[in-house]
Parts: sequence; C-alpha cells; structure tokens
Amino acid sequence: MESTRSRALWIVVSLLILVWTAFPILWIVMLSFKTPSEIGNVQGFFPQDWTWENYETVFKTDLFTSALINSIGISLIATFVGVTFATLVAYAIARLDFPGKRLILSFALAIAMFPVVSLVGPLFDLWRDIGLYDTWPGLIIPYISFALPLAIWTLSAFFREIPWEMEQAAQVDGATSWQAFRKVIVPLAAPGVFTAAILTFFFCWNDFVFGISLTSTDNARPVPAALAFFTGESYFEQPTTAICAAAVVVTIPVVIVVLLFQRRIVAGLTSGAVKG
Amino acid sequence: MTSVDTAPVRGEISDRGRAERRLGLLLSTPAVVVMLLVTAYPLGNALYQSLFSYRLTAPDDRRFVGLDNYATALTDGLFWQTVLTTLVITVVTVGVELVIGFALAMVMHRAVFGRRTVRTAILLPYGIVTVISAFAWKYAFDVQSGFVNSWFGLGDYAWFSDRWAALFVIVLSEIWKTTPFVSLLLLAGLAQVPRDLGEAATVDGATAWQRLKRVTIPNMKAAILVALLFRTLDAWRIFDNVFIMTAGQEKTQVLSFLTYQQIITRTELGLGNAVGVLLFLSVVLIAAVFIKGFRVDLSQVRGDR
Repeated sequence: MESTRSRALWIVVSLLILVWTAFPILWIVMLSFKTPSEIGNVQGFFPQDWTWENYETVFKTDLFTSALINSIGISLIATFVGVTFATLVAYAIARLDFPGKRLILSFALAIAMFPVVSLVGPLFDLWRDIGLYDTWPGLIIPYISFALPLAIWTLSAFFREIPWEMEQAAQVDGATSWQAFRKVIVPLAAPGVFTAAILTFFFCWNDFVFGISLTSTDNARPVPAALAFFTGESYFEQPTTAICAAAVVVTIPVVIVVLLFQRRIVAGLTSGAVKG
Repeated sequence: MTSVDTAPVRGEISDRGRAERRLGLLLSTPAVVVMLLVTAYPLGNALYQSLFSYRLTAPDDRRFVGLDNYATALTDGLFWQTVLTTLVITVVTVGVELVIGFALAMVMHRAVFGRRTVRTAILLPYGIVTVISAFAWKYAFDVQSGFVNSWFGLGDYAWFSDRWAALFVIVLSEIWKTTPFVSLLLLAGLAQVPRDLGEAATVDGATAWQRLKRVTIPNMKAAILVALLFRTLDAWRIFDNVFIMTAGQEKTQVLSFLTYQQIITRTELGLGNAVGVLLFLSVVLIAAVFIKGFRVDLSQVRGDR
C-alpha cells in the first residue's frame, strides 16, 4: 500500500520536473509552427494554423544555412583538436611523474573562471592584424582554449580509474606494445574521451560572445550569433517564428544526444568537479 | 617550465625518470600553449590599451592618458548601476539555483522510480544553447508573441519596459538553463554523505529537518562550495541572456555587456578595455574570497589527490 503511494508520488514529482525543463523547448516548437501573421494578433500557447512555412523560410535563408555549416564545422574541429590536446595532458597527469602537474591543473582552473568578454577587444585587434578575423580558425582557437579545462578535468579523473597494469599483463601474455595499447587501453579509455568530446562540443555549440565579436559576415558566423542578428533584418513580417524554427533545427540534435548519452554526460560533468 | 625541469630533485634521477618528466612536459605543451596564447597576451594587451584614449574610428587621436579611463569608469554612475545590476542578478540566481538544485539532487538521490526520467529531464536545459533559452523566455513574456500575459490576465503589461520586470525574466531564463549543472554537482556531493550517519540520527530521534541541517549539509559542504563558486563566477559574467532579451535597455546592462558595448558597438577601445580589466579584477577578487575566505577545497576540482 505504502509503496504504491510513494511510487505515485515519485511519478508526479518526476513529471513536474519534466514539465519545467521541457516547457520552454515545447514553446519554441509551438512558435515555430505558427504563421508569422499570428504574432501580435493572436496570443496563445498553441498555433492557430499549423504551418511548415517557417522551416521553408529558414532553409531558404543563406544567413542561417551558412551559419549552420559554420557552427557544425567549427565546433567539430575545435572538439577534435581540443580533446586530442586534453587527452595528451590528462594521460601525462594520470600516468607520468613530472613537475608542474599541479600548476597545469590550477592554470586550467583559472582559465575556466576567466571572463571571456575581457579578451574580446584585444582578440578583435589581434585577429584583424594577423588575418584571423571572421575566419574559422579565428573562432576555433579561442573555443579550444576555453573548452580545454573541462576536457582536461573530465579526462584526468577518468584516466585515473583505468587499470593500467592490464597493459603490462597483455605484454607478458605476448602482445606487442602497440597491440597492448590498441586492444587493451584504447577500449578502456574510449568512453572517457567520448564523454569529453560531447561536453566540449556542447561548449563550442553554445558560444555567443566570440561568435558575435570575432565575425562580421556569414563567412564564419555561428548559429547563436546568426539568430541574434536575424532579428535586425528588415523583414515585413516579424522574424519571431522563423527564429524559432531555426532554434528547433539546432536543438533537435542536442536533445537526441542528451537522451542517448545522459549517463555519460552526468558522469563527465561531475567527475571533474566532485568525486562521487 | 624548462627551468623547473632542470632543477635538481633530491638525489639522482634515473634515466627513466628523466625521460618520464620530459614526456610529461612534452604532452602538456600543446594545451598549455593554446590556453596561454588566447589569454595571457590579449590580457596584457587589454591592460596596455586601457591606458590610452583610443577610438577605432579616430586612430590619429590616440594618446596616453594613464589611469584616466579607470577614473572615468569608476566615477561614472552608469558603471556602478551596472555593478548593482550584475550583483542583483548573481545573488538572486545563485541563491534560487542552490535551493532548486538541492531539491532536484534530493529527488535524483532518493527517487526509487523515475530516476532516469528526472536525470534526462534535468539535462535538457543544459544542452540547450543559452541564446535559444533567452529567445524562448523572451517570446513567452513578450507582449506581441507571448502567452504569459493572457494566461495570467496581465493584459498588455510590457515586461521589457521596466528594469526589474525585465531582470526577472532574465534571471528566470538563467535559472532554467543552469540549475541542472548545480543539481548534478550537489548530487555527487549527496552520494558522499555516509548513509549510516543519517540512519543513526533517525534512530536517535532526529527530525528530517535536523538530519538535513546537522548531517547532510555539513557532510557535503565541499560540493556546495564548489557549486557556489562556479555558479557565482558564471552568473557574474552573464551576457547572452541580457544581449538577447533587452540589449541593455531599461538599465539592465551587466558588466560583460558594458565591456562589449564600449569595445564593439562604440569602438572605444581605451575605455572598453579598462572596463574589461575591471571585470577581470572583480572575477579574481570573487575567486580569491571563495578560495581563501571559505576555503573551497579545490584539490578535488583540480583533480589532484
């Protein structure tokens, strides 16, 4: 009797939480299906006339399609390079004895606390001097450096848990050192690297400050910045519904990743900060 | 780094040990170089530029003014209004997030059913781009597109024409987006509280509130302080939500936005960089207060044992 009641209670509580976290996303989806003329005339949560029109507008707008390509390309490259660098550092920290270990970890912590806006002016200047302004590398470089701390913590916490003795054990059993690395260490390390990659990608995907300050055209402008400037364009209709359609397009992949890898993401977010 | 490398460490080091150190430093180099490249040089440059009166549109008028830009900023009412706004946002956001985050962590920790659902639900806002969260909340409260006014019978109340109402919506979006992070850190902290301590307290007749206050919270103090430090600094640097929702109108500028506005919009590089340096110094101050004052145990954050 008691258990049925507590079961019902937990279900109600979890549903309430789900409503709170999913509600704004649902709202954006609803807006994206409204006709542009509904904005300002009809107030309500659900669309009066459902339409795909906004999605057509969005994919016909060069500003958005190029921003989508920029965001995907820049975030993927930054993630790949960043996670590679972080893997090297994390391996060194977890496995090797060398001076400056604590210094590197403290430095990474300082970077994580850095107010990025303070750098916008000088980077803006420097990038224009050396021709990185409004280019992919001009965003990739800052993304890497500010995503590195989280990746380094996640990976070094993860690498410390790996039973490295198994590598020697495999070599004793006759495997070459390359085989031992590939067949034993890589499978053990892969989940941690993958988690770090997801977190790094989310970080780059989310950036706004660098996106608006270090780009000026659709050459390198990423999605969040493009969405912000979409408003300013002189359309005869309100851009609200089109912005929402674009937002839904970039949100769907994230929601899928969260659903698929929630356990990994939770482990990654907490391992670096507090050991549980 | 190399000077540290050659420093003698008691007794002789084996060849193997030396090779290990060299490899360790070598592997760390790329990451450290990238992090330094993007922060150290530009920060030095910001300091330097903040000493000049310099507008990008009038490069010939550039001249050295010493600390004048700092004096200008620090005696301007707008600067202090911005500091106040940032402070209010930070205190309210972090305070509310700690309470909600703790409740969510408790649910995830104790839930027998629906644990997975809650965890997935909580991660949704974490994955959403901040700019999109800002648009969602803005449009919900907006007079033209929103449903909030009609649901709550507020007529055509203009949320974004009033300073505190606009800040309310900004804070709401910020809380929605970042509470998941807080709750996950607190959940990890809850997992560290020894279970038998709570049980012993129950046997001794402690109420739920007493258990929470005397057993649970003291035992997860480290996790709470880490969450507090990270979120305080994060909220202090708030930018995206303000940019999208009000663009600093109605006295809602925050420090990050003021810096951006001076440098990019007004191309006042001297004054803008001075504000940027002040922002940096305030972050250092907050971090120092937490680390020295509250003795946040960062060895766990840094990951050393």
